[in-house]
Amino acid sequence: MAKRLDVSDLDIYYDKFLAVQGVSMTIEPRSVTALIGPSGCGKSTFLRTLNRMHELVPNARVEGKVMMDEEDLYGPNVDPVRVRRHVGMVFQRPNPFPTMSVYDNVAAGLKLNNKRMKRSDMDELVERSLRSANLWDEVKDRLNRPGSGLSGGQQQRLCIARAIAVQPDVLLMDEPCSALDPISTGAIEDLIVELKRDYTIVIVTHNMQQAQRISDTTGFFNLKAIGEPGALVEIDATTKIFTNPGNTATEDYVSGRFG
Amino acid sequence: MRKGQTVPPTSERTRTRGAPLSLGDRLFAGSATGAGVLILLVLAGVAAFLVAEAWPALTASEDEIPGGEGLVLYIWPLLLGTLLSATLALLMAAPLAVAIALFVTHYAPRRLAAPLGYIIDLLAAVPSIIYGLWGFSVLAPQTVSPSGWLAENLGWIPFFAGPASSTGRTMLTAAIVLAVMILPIITAVIREAFLQTPRLHEEASWALGATRWEMIRLSVLPFGRSSMIGGSMLGLGRALGETMAVAIVLSVSADAFSFNLISSSNVATIAANIALKFPESSGVAVNVLIASGLVLFVVTLLVNMGARAVINRRREFSGAN
Amino acid sequence: MTSLTKTPTPQDLPAVSDVPLTHGSLPRRAAPLTLLGSVLAGLLLFVLDWSPAWCALLAAAGYTLTVYLWSRRVEGSRKATDRVVTAIVTSAFLLALLPLVSVLITVVGKGLARFDATFFTNSMRGVVGEGGGVHHAIMGTLIITGLAALISVPVGILTAIYLVEYGRGRLARYITFFVDVMTGIPSIVAGLFAYALFELFYGPGVRMGIMGAVALSVLMIPIVVRATEEMLKLVPNELREAAFALAVPKWLTILKVVLPTALAGIATGVTLAIARVIGETAPLLIAVGITTGDNFDPFDGRMATLSVFSYYEYVSPGVPPEPSLDRAWSAAFLLIIIVMALNLVARLVSRLFAPKTRA
Repeated sequence: MAKRLDVSDLDIYYDKFLAVQGVSMTIEPRSVTALIGPSGCGKSTFLRTLNRMHELVPNARVEGKVMMDEEDLYGPNVDPVRVRRHVGMVFQRPNPFPTMSVYDNVAAGLKLNNKRMKRSDMDELVERSLRSANLWDEVKDRLNRPGSGLSGGQQQRLCIARAIAVQPDVLLMDEPCSALDPISTGAIEDLIVELKRDYTIVIVTHNMQQAQRISDTTGFFNLKAIGEPGALVEIDATTKIFTNPGNTATEDYVSGRFG
Repeated sequence: MRKGQTVPPTSERTRTRGAPLSLGDRLFAGSATGAGVLILLVLAGVAAFLVAEAWPALTASEDEIPGGEGLVLYIWPLLLGTLLSATLALLMAAPLAVAIALFVTHYAPRRLAAPLGYIIDLLAAVPSIIYGLWGFSVLAPQTVSPSGWLAENLGWIPFFAGPASSTGRTMLTAAIVLAVMILPIITAVIREAFLQTPRLHEEASWALGATRWEMIRLSVLPFGRSSMIGGSMLGLGRALGETMAVAIVLSVSADAFSFNLISSSNVATIAANIALKFPESSGVAVNVLIASGLVLFVVTLLVNMGARAVINRRREFSGAN
Repeated sequence: MTSLTKTPTPQDLPAVSDVPLTHGSLPRRAAPLTLLGSVLAGLLLFVLDWSPAWCALLAAAGYTLTVYLWSRRVEGSRKATDRVVTAIVTSAFLLALLPLVSVLITVVGKGLARFDATFFTNSMRGVVGEGGGVHHAIMGTLIITGLAALISVPVGILTAIYLVEYGRGRLARYITFFVDVMTGIPSIVAGLFAYALFELFYGPGVRMGIMGAVALSVLMIPIVVRATEEMLKLVPNELREAAFALAVPKWLTILKVVLPTALAGIATGVTLAIARVIGETAPLLIAVGITTGDNFDPFDGRMATLSVFSYYEYVSPGVPPEPSLDRAWSAAFLLIIIVMALNLVARLVSRLFAPKTRA
């Protein structure tokens, strides 16, 4: 089900302020694409345009095209609610619904889309999602306990389970490990590598080792200049970006000579 | 320096404990503490003086009490009238308050949230005497024909048994006025909670492909649940004690409580009864009214303490997150 | 769930129904046009002499139903539910505006009748029928509210200082809790309290302006405490530490650094608290009563206040009743002007002098 994303000439605005300019890239299915770059250069903003979360900010809008296989995400008659059903997202800090049990957290998205799903089917989907998120063995005895009772790393995997339960085509991750300790981070990274068999994954990270460890392709974002909008400087195979980048700014950044 | 703030550094603590404080410090700290203690004393005083003044009514013989059937039978129907009007007002105001809080926080444009909230707050600024006058002269006449319709078509429900009042000064009208008065109080508490819904949880819902209403059901309402309960209880406490609006709007002519909401013979509420009778009372009658006031005090105290406990629990809950 | 121990194989997994990205949606102008149609239908009913309340109700219901059915057909049930909730929530807000607008229109409409010079300069002494004024009641309201503020503001601010700057442990927790509880004391109970207190010293039937001030203080103190506490908490701790580091004693730090920083906020809170109690009727009815002539000595017998004046003019009008009712509405109008003005002043103060530390 993993689908290809094709972004062409995307300009992202907050009201009249141009935040990110002229992004074009192709995101291959069944791969991990990492987006790196200094803070405030528009990586997360760009990520949020891929599931149309960006437009939740009043007056925020985009110009350009984002194609998911043959469909334009910003085409007429496209419902942003349905886009988000196809493009899942995991956030910087784990955010399970605090009043819901582990089970209900995973089932939350399913219940929205399939009101009349049989209980047994629901059970199976919840179990499969939790297994895919490498969490099943840890929580199978406390499915009815609140999700906020889990550890930080478990909560983040719960959020991943919740996102993949609706079987999206693309999974967006916005610095999913920045709030976690190294051991939990390791578990999530392993999980990401496993998940790329089934999904197209785009991850924003500040951790360049992480980008090297898990991604196939890396895109480097930077501000064009102080006060100018952010832009995609270059995107290439991860090994190339980290060993022999085509742009000096990229080289400065990945080698730590930046800012 | 209360819970959640940093503990003062040890050096400062040892200094303040070891060395004698300056005179200024002692005076200032003393008067601040004194003011706090005074508040506790006032509250205790309210209870103590009311008990002292209610005492003659408690010990008086039955036929000294107005109505001639003893204190309990005097206050009981009033208490029921109080509970009925306040509960009815709450049933009308609470759902409306939730909807208004949602509109202000999640439907209206963000920039308008504060001004719109202010407009609703203005409802709370209107003095209760004015609500009374308004209820009497504007709202009551409007309810006459609907009440007639209710009595005719739904008369089999005890609430609408009729005969419908021809002035509209009914329990129903009083409850509507009370609902308008407590609406801003409930809305303010709920609005505050809804505004504090963590963005993280809202975004989690959006990212799952929720519509706006589904997002609210998944994130906003569960987060605000105890505030909805607490705010409603605060509103209930206010409605129980509201005096002038009921005293003016309600036509009081019965001594026995009934569930009939649309008739012209109603039993008063405790507060309205005090306002209506107190200026012309003397002797034991005053003590009886104070005794009824004591009952009202206890009931509102319990409701308010419950409300605060519920709201504070939420505060701890959200702090832990 | 517990019976599910086997690993599910792909073929017996239930498929999540495939949701196409696009689907039908209502034309952009569908909702506004339906709204316009409903409003027009409502106006038509109004012209046909239906009551305004029914017209508004039917228009709202008509809009909601049309949009629901239309959206359900084109966009599916989830979107339709979403649209219905939007309609309900918006109408709830508009519904709440209705009494506010109606109250204001009524009070202004009926209250202007007696806004003349006599009304503001005369008392009611010897007045039967037309004429008369509320000068005595205005003064009474100002004196009693002023005294209440005089009692409440120092006590309230000091308590807040205790809670924020000194209070630790059980006493502070009790005070916080009971201040909250105190906000819920029915105003009539506050009046009874003042009466019970003074009756012990002055005997039955006592009525004095100061009793009203005491009753109002009971209502006002918790509001002042709450407001001041909020403001003191907004003062950044760095300011206090900077002063401590200069060896300024704590009380001077509070007096010279903390309070001035929070002053605008505290002033706003106090103004709002005054606005809250200045319109109170019930406690004054119990504790102060009413009189027809000038009495500006709060320690000597009954005084007149605007709210109680309005009440008595309304419930016991003369014959004919019109002059009394006019006076009642005009007093109410004056009261609402005062309250709204105080609210406005409070907002202005907080807007103009807001500390820059707030985000």
